[in-house]
Amino acid sequence: MSAPATWTIPEVRSALDTRKISARELVEEFYGRIEQRNPELNIFLALSPERAYAQADKIDAAIAAGDALPSMAGVPIAVKDIISTRGIPTTCGSRILEGYRPAYDATAVTRLESAGAIVLGKTNCDEFAMGSSNENSAYGPVRNPVAPDYVPGGSSGGSAAAVAANLAVAALGTDTGGSIRQPGSFTGVPALNPSYGRVSRYGLIAYASSLDRIGPLTRTVRDAATVMSVIAGRDSRDSTSVSVPVPDYTTSLGRSLHGLRIGIPDDYFGEGIDPDVRKKVEAGIALLEKLGCRRVSIRMPNTEYAVAAYYIIATAEASSNLARYDGVRYGPRVQGATLIEMYQKTRGRGFGAEVKRRIVLGTYVLSAGYYDAYYLKGQKVRTLIARDFREAFEKVDAIVGPTSPVPAFRLGERTANPLQMYLADIYTVTGSLAGVPGISVPSGKTSAGLPVGLQIYGPAFGEERVLQMAHGFEQAGGQEL
Amino acid sequence: MKISREDVLKVAALANLELSDTEVDTFRGHLDDILTYIDKLNEVDTTGIEPLTQVVAATADDSSLREDVIVRADVITEVLRGAPDPEAPYFRVPRVIEK
Repeated sequence: MSAPATWTIPEVRSALDTRKISARELVEEFYGRIEQRNPELNIFLALSPERAYAQADKIDAAIAAGDALPSMAGVPIAVKDIISTRGIPTTCGSRILEGYRPAYDATAVTRLESAGAIVLGKTNCDEFAMGSSNENSAYGPVRNPVAPDYVPGGSSGGSAAAVAANLAVAALGTDTGGSIRQPGSFTGVPALNPSYGRVSRYGLIAYASSLDRIGPLTRTVRDAATVMSVIAGRDSRDSTSVSVPVPDYTTSLGRSLHGLRIGIPDDYFGEGIDPDVRKKVEAGIALLEKLGCRRVSIRMPNTEYAVAAYYIIATAEASSNLARYDGVRYGPRVQGATLIEMYQKTRGRGFGAEVKRRIVLGTYVLSAGYYDAYYLKGQKVRTLIARDFREAFEKVDAIVGPTSPVPAFRLGERTANPLQMYLADIYTVTGSLAGVPGISVPSGKTSAGLPVGLQIYGPAFGEERVLQMAHGFEQAGGQEL
Repeated sequence: MKISREDVLKVAALANLELSDTEVDTFRGHLDDILTYIDKLNEVDTTGIEPLTQVVAATADDSSLREDVIVRADVITEVLRGAPDPEAPYFRVPRVIEK
């Protein structure tokens, strides 16, 4: 029997069903490992043992009673600290929410717990999900479990690292411009950004509302499909969630990939791509061809404008969403002689550098005289990027390329130049702007032993196909390329 | 130069954000780089192109409207517990109205 901490969801379920272990013992096992590894890796910001053990005891009682168990019964999970959990500290990686305990749960968390999952705690992230390295957390960076001197990616770096370090079976992350997929790529775990509107955002603390999404980071693609089947679907508390029917995403897994057309955009292999990443992604594409996929060369001509459009739209929305942190309703307050001074000081001390930079940029692009030149222009270019995807999906079933142009980099290596950090989001922001689903799957390692991610994009609400392809790729040995 | 020190201060004031002198200087430099890069968008001809504000309307049926039903939340005590200066059932702030 392999170590319980390395189990996938079906392995956890079978161990519980055959009484090899109880849910309580499994939770103890994970908390033991967290206690051991967390001081070094800095993955968890808060643990929720009371709630975890209560849920574990409920599962154990159901097993003892011989009740039918839901799909995630007894599965220990980690939740990114930007997703609300009732009574459990939720800081978004920011000082401005220090000590905040939400009065309600996010819908995704409610659904996972109803399906039997056990929430172990909250994972570290870039402050308000703004960052690609986890170095923007007010509580210190997460270390990459694969190579501890390297960043785990961001912003869902803690969630990715929790899965990679075997401190949780699965984790919830959030993705605005790549924040699920890129850390998945940096730490070597499958990571799915679902279509916009597929998973309720209720309880997801907003960064950029037209882009924010919740999705899974897991040990296997099958596990991602299982989590998706639980969290997807319309929620009356999020008017942007849609009523498109939710399939059981695990049923399409294992179907042949023969005859599927994969679009390879030349635009995704331009300058700036690391030679090792290019090599491993090309090997990944060759593996998909071996599985019967047909390679089609396509153009996504507006790709080079995606980063600029993204940083206008995301920061504009952020400047508005983050106006609520003013020292009145939650978090610490810094006193001021007047109300305005109290706001200014509270925000000035509560926010970190990257958040302030984006608030200033977002306020600037929305301000009188600049709105048309920046914000409106960005939204029009967004239309063109969405059109690139729509036209591509008339010719192909999926679009395949690298998740990130670079593998994980050393802590501190890229913090001095924010624009350089933004430019590396190129392959993920495109899909964010278009609203389409994208999964990052491990596709070999660089010569230095760092994981490389292959990204598979599908059309909106095409998660089933994306998961089927990623699963076929993984089963054929994609990780070992 | 796309953005001056004064621009940064003006925008920070609009956002109710106190910045240190060092922050004003470094942000000005960073924002200048970013805004210069963003100028790239001027290469794109967007004549007659509609802005995209929300992808859902474009990709799925818009069945998002529901009846407006009142649901009791009953979270006042819990919410106030996290407030920096609560006085149930209110949040207290510095005086804004003169006597």
